[in-house]
Amino acid sequence: MKEFFNMGGYALYVWGSFAMTALLMLAEPLLVRRRRKLALQRISRLVRSKSAQASKKIQQTQQDIDK
Amino acid sequence: MSSNRFNWFRFSSPATFYPLAGRLVPWFSAIAIILIVIGLYMSFFVAPTDYKQGEGYRIIFVHVPASWMSMFIYLVMAFWAIIGLVFNTRVSGMMVQSLAPTGALFTFLALWTGAFWGKPMWGTWWVWDARLTSELILFFLYIGYIALHSSIDDKRRADRASAILVLVGVVNIPIIYYSVKWWNTLHQGASVSVKSGSSMASIMLITMLIMALGFWFYSIAVALARVRSIILERERDANWVSELPEIKR
Amino acid sequence: MFKAFSTVVMRDLLLAMRHRSDILTTLFFFVIAISLFPLGVGPELNTLREIAPGVFWVAALLASMLSLERLFAIDFADGTLEQLLLTPQPATILVLAKVLAHWLITGVPLVLLSPLLGLQYDLSSDVIQVLMLTLLLGTPSLSLIGAIGAALTLGLRGGGVLVSLLVLPLYIPVLIFGAGAVEATVSGLGGTGHISMLAAIFLLSLVIAPLATVAALRVSAE
Repeated sequence: MKEFFNMGGYALYVWGSFAMTALLMLAEPLLVRRRRKLALQRISRLVRSKSAQASKKIQQTQQDIDK
Repeated sequence: MSSNRFNWFRFSSPATFYPLAGRLVPWFSAIAIILIVIGLYMSFFVAPTDYKQGEGYRIIFVHVPASWMSMFIYLVMAFWAIIGLVFNTRVSGMMVQSLAPTGALFTFLALWTGAFWGKPMWGTWWVWDARLTSELILFFLYIGYIALHSSIDDKRRADRASAILVLVGVVNIPIIYYSVKWWNTLHQGASVSVKSGSSMASIMLITMLIMALGFWFYSIAVALARVRSIILERERDANWVSELPEIKR
Repeated sequence: MFKAFSTVVMRDLLLAMRHRSDILTTLFFFVIAISLFPLGVGPELNTLREIAPGVFWVAALLASMLSLERLFAIDFADGTLEQLLLTPQPATILVLAKVLAHWLITGVPLVLLSPLLGLQYDLSSDVIQVLMLTLLLGTPSLSLIGAIGAALTLGLRGGGVLVSLLVLPLYIPVLIFGAGAVEATVSGLGGTGHISMLAAIFLLSLVIAPLATVAALRVSAE
């Protein structure tokens, strides 16, 4: 098993390149997922604030009518 | 207009493209994972040791697919750039923007693995080999695209301006490659042919192709996933976005 | 059409002559950049003679790139760019006129200055001759390709640095063939191959660059 990892003396180079490839190709999807989560949060905040404004406006018109 | 004619522009609006991409991403990522696992297994356990370079040559199974992908993704970006400029469809501009980081990543990987391969074989980390140098210039082109796109606030203008940059870049890639090849042979004599495709054992070639296919599906999956969040960012105040199930939750 | 071309060229030259400081800054940058290298590399003449073509060409690249900003920025600021785009004449002709004016202001002085600077590097007369020829042939494509970068980054904050990032990779073939031509003739190999490539790049950019620049201007100015 140990001989396998030694890669015929080229361990540093072979594992160096494969490790960097694996690292970047795993990191990128995670970054994309994080970016998606942020975008969704922003939109839901936006939607919530818009609906809050809308309901406040409705109450206002209600009060004007009652007055 | 006969309805059976496939309307090419049905998916050109973000609202229709978003769910389509959503359905495709899992499929492409699954295929990518399967292919890469097979490719990795083959590159370590099936491919024979090279008579000249021993085990060190296995880096080829990552280096070559990465450099293929870096070139291929730039061409795909140019394709979407043309579509975006000609038909002014918004999704194509977003596709170009979503492909750029993956392309830059593969170019960096090609340079990294090229350097890690050059050290044992040629003795130095960086060799001004024609291919590595044009890969480095391709990396600058990607960085130039990303920098230009992110420095323009109005996203529609950013798409169109950087689409022109990509097209100018595509015209330049063959010129850069041949001038670097000409320049390199002037200095160092015929550059070592690192990977003469045909003379390799067929098993090595097949492994490399499987890895390349795996990388290909990987980049489609990542690009589609990223384009979805780009759509969300750009269309955040569109009402179809607020109706999305993910938002309702 | 030619009348519009010459009027734009005359106008640009006149404008440049008015505030002459712009021209001199690029020239002095060229002079200073070239004179820096012997201070860094050391006064030993053999090495200087060896690196001279590369140094001259890199300095020419950077000098022409620094002056790109001025190409469209002033017209964009006061709105004449829109008028230029709206004229009945084809916009590519007007862009070519502006690039020609830019080249006359920044490219040609570099060529005229290089013999003087060549003495610093103890260059023989035929090397200087080839250097001037290649610079004369190469700087127009630098201005043409640079015009695309200038048009793309019109009105952006941090535009100056961004132009260099966009345009330098595209300058590399010109640099390789320019410096290579000088080196080839020096070493007796004969630089005609390089010079013909340089001419080919010039013709190619003469055709493609204005189209891309106009497209970029329409995107930025609209």
